[in-house]
Amino acid sequence: MNGTSVVDISRPAIRRRTLSRSLRGGLKGGEYTWAVAFVVPYIAVFLTFVAYPVVYGLWMGSEASLYRELFADPIYQSTVVNTILYLALGVNVKMFLALLLSGFFMRPGWWMKALLLIFILPWAVPQISTFISIHWMLNGEWGFLNNVLYVLFHIEGPSWLNDRWSALAAVIVSHIWKWTPFWTLILLAGRMAIPLEISDSAKVDGATGMRGFVHITFPLLANLYLICTLLSTIFLLGDFNAVNFVSGGGPANQGHVLATLGIRNAFEIAQPRLGVAAVMSALPLVIPLVIVLMRKLRTSEVQI
Amino acid sequence: MSTIAADARLATRASSRARSSERLRRYLRNLGTLVLSAVIVVWTLVPIYNMVLISLEPEGDVFTDHIWPRVPSVESFWGVLTQGHWYLEHFWRQFANSLYIGLMVTFFALLFGTLTSFAIGRMRIRHGWLVSNAALLTYVIPASFLAIPFYRIMQNYGLANNPWSVIAALVAFATPYAIFVFQEYGRSIPIEVDESARIDGASPPQIYLRIYLPLMAPALVAVGTYALLLAWNEYLYQFLLLSSKSSMTVPVALAQFLSSDQSPWNYMMATAIIYAAPPVAIYYAFRGRMTAGLTMGGVKG
Repeated sequence: MNGTSVVDISRPAIRRRTLSRSLRGGLKGGEYTWAVAFVVPYIAVFLTFVAYPVVYGLWMGSEASLYRELFADPIYQSTVVNTILYLALGVNVKMFLALLLSGFFMRPGWWMKALLLIFILPWAVPQISTFISIHWMLNGEWGFLNNVLYVLFHIEGPSWLNDRWSALAAVIVSHIWKWTPFWTLILLAGRMAIPLEISDSAKVDGATGMRGFVHITFPLLANLYLICTLLSTIFLLGDFNAVNFVSGGGPANQGHVLATLGIRNAFEIAQPRLGVAAVMSALPLVIPLVIVLMRKLRTSEVQI
Repeated sequence: MSTIAADARLATRASSRARSSERLRRYLRNLGTLVLSAVIVVWTLVPIYNMVLISLEPEGDVFTDHIWPRVPSVESFWGVLTQGHWYLEHFWRQFANSLYIGLMVTFFALLFGTLTSFAIGRMRIRHGWLVSNAALLTYVIPASFLAIPFYRIMQNYGLANNPWSVIAALVAFATPYAIFVFQEYGRSIPIEVDESARIDGASPPQIYLRIYLPLMAPALVAVGTYALLLAWNEYLYQFLLLSSKSSMTVPVALAQFLSSDQSPWNYMMATAIIYAAPPVAIYYAFRGRMTAGLTMGGVKG
C-alpha cells in the first residue's frame, strides 16, 4: 500500500520513506498537519466533556464505605428490583412488539402508510410533553383514565401512581408507548433490506406465513434484533425522563431506578458521592454490555 | 371429448371453491388489519388526546370528570403566547434559549463530525480507529450516568447557568452519531474524487469545503435534524445546569410547573403542545431523511 509507486530507488530510501509515511498514515507533511488539525476539535471535546467526567466520576465513587452505606439503604434495594423489572419488561416487550409490528407494516397499501404516520407520533412528540400528560392522565381523582373508566363502566379507578407496583407498571407502559415506534422503524428498515429474491424464492418453496418468518425472515433479522435489544437495554438503563415524569420515583421513593436514584441522592439529599455510587453499581452490567455492543457495532455495520 | 368437458367442469368448480375460500381468507385478513389498526390508533393517540383535551379547558374545568372538552377554549394557548400567566412570564425567552442551544449544538456537531470523519475516512489518518472507538464508546455510555460529575466540573469552572455548559455536553453526546453516519455515508463517495482534486493541487481544506461538504449534503441534513431534536428534547442536563428563570429552557420551565402544588394544568398542556409543535413538524417534514439517517449505510445485519 505504501511503496507501490516507488520503483527504482535504493532500498534504505524505501525503508525511510515507508517508515515516515506509515507514521503519518500515507499523508504528506502538510496534509498530515491538516488531518491532525481536523481531528483535534473532536478529541478535545471527548477528553474534556466525556473522558474527564468519566474519570472524575470513578474517583468520586471509589470509596468502599460508600457502597456499604448504599447497599444498606432500603430505597436502594427497591431501586435495584425496579431497575431489573424495568429492564426485563421494558426492553423485551417493546422489542417483541416492534418485531411483530414491523411485519404488520410491511403490508402494501395507502392505509398502512397513513397508519404508520400516526404510529410514529409518540416518537416525534418530545418526551417531557407526553410523560407529563401521562402523569396527569393517571391522576386518581381527575385523570383521563379514571374518567373514562367511570363514564363507560361506572368503575372508580384507583390512584395509579400511589401504589408502588402500578406506578412502576405505568412507567414501563409509558416507555413502551414512547419507544416502540422507533424500534419498529428500525426493524422495518431491516426487513426491507432483505432482498426480494430471497423472500420470493422462499415463498415458491412453500415458506410462507409463520414458516417463512421462522426459517427465512428471523434468521436474517436476528443479528439486528440482538443489537437493537442490547442498545435499547443500555438506553433504558440510562433513562431518566420516563421515571422522573410519570411516577417521579414515587410513591415515597419506592419507584426509583438507578438513573433517577443517582440524581435524587446527588441533588435532593445533597450526597453527590452516594449518587455516583448508585450509578456506578450498574457497572457490572454496563461494562459487558458496552464491550459486546462495541464489537457488534464495529463489525456488522449496523448503524442506528 | 366428454371426459375433457367433465374435467373442465370439475376444474371450474374446484377453482370457484378455492376462490371463495380465498375471498373468505382475504376478508378475515382485512378485518384483522382493521381491528389492529383501530387498536394502534387508540393506543397511540390517548396521551396526545389527553394533552389536547386539557389544554382546551378553561381554567376551572380541569378538575372535572368529562372526557371531551365541554366548552373548548383557546384561552390557555393565548395565555402562553402572550406570557399571561405568572408562571409563563419568561416563556419567549425560554423558547429562544431552547432554540439557541439547539442551533449551536447542531452547528458544532456538524462541524466536528464532518472534520473528524473527513480526517479519518477520507485522509485516512493514522490511528483514526482510536478516535472512532472513542466516539463509539461515548455513544454507548448512558449520558445520565455522567450528569453528576459533569455538573461538578461545570460548577468548578463557574459555568453554572451558562448555556454553553449545556451546549458542550450535548455536542459531546451528539457528535459520535454524526461521525458514524458521515463515515458510513462517505463510503459511497469514491475516494478517487478526492485524489484527483489532490493531484490538481487542492489543499485539504479546499477538498473539505468544495468537494466533501457538498457531496455529504443529504447526510448533513439527516444528522443536523438529529442533533437539533436531541438538544430540543433533552431535559436532564438543562435541568441541572440551567436554574435561573431567564437562562432555563422550555422543558425545564415545564417541569417546574409539575413540582408546584397549584399546577395550572391547562397552561402546562398548552405549553407542552407549543413546545412539541416544532419537533413534530420537523419529524414529518424530514421523515424520509430521518429514517434514512437512522439506518444509513444499510442495516446489513
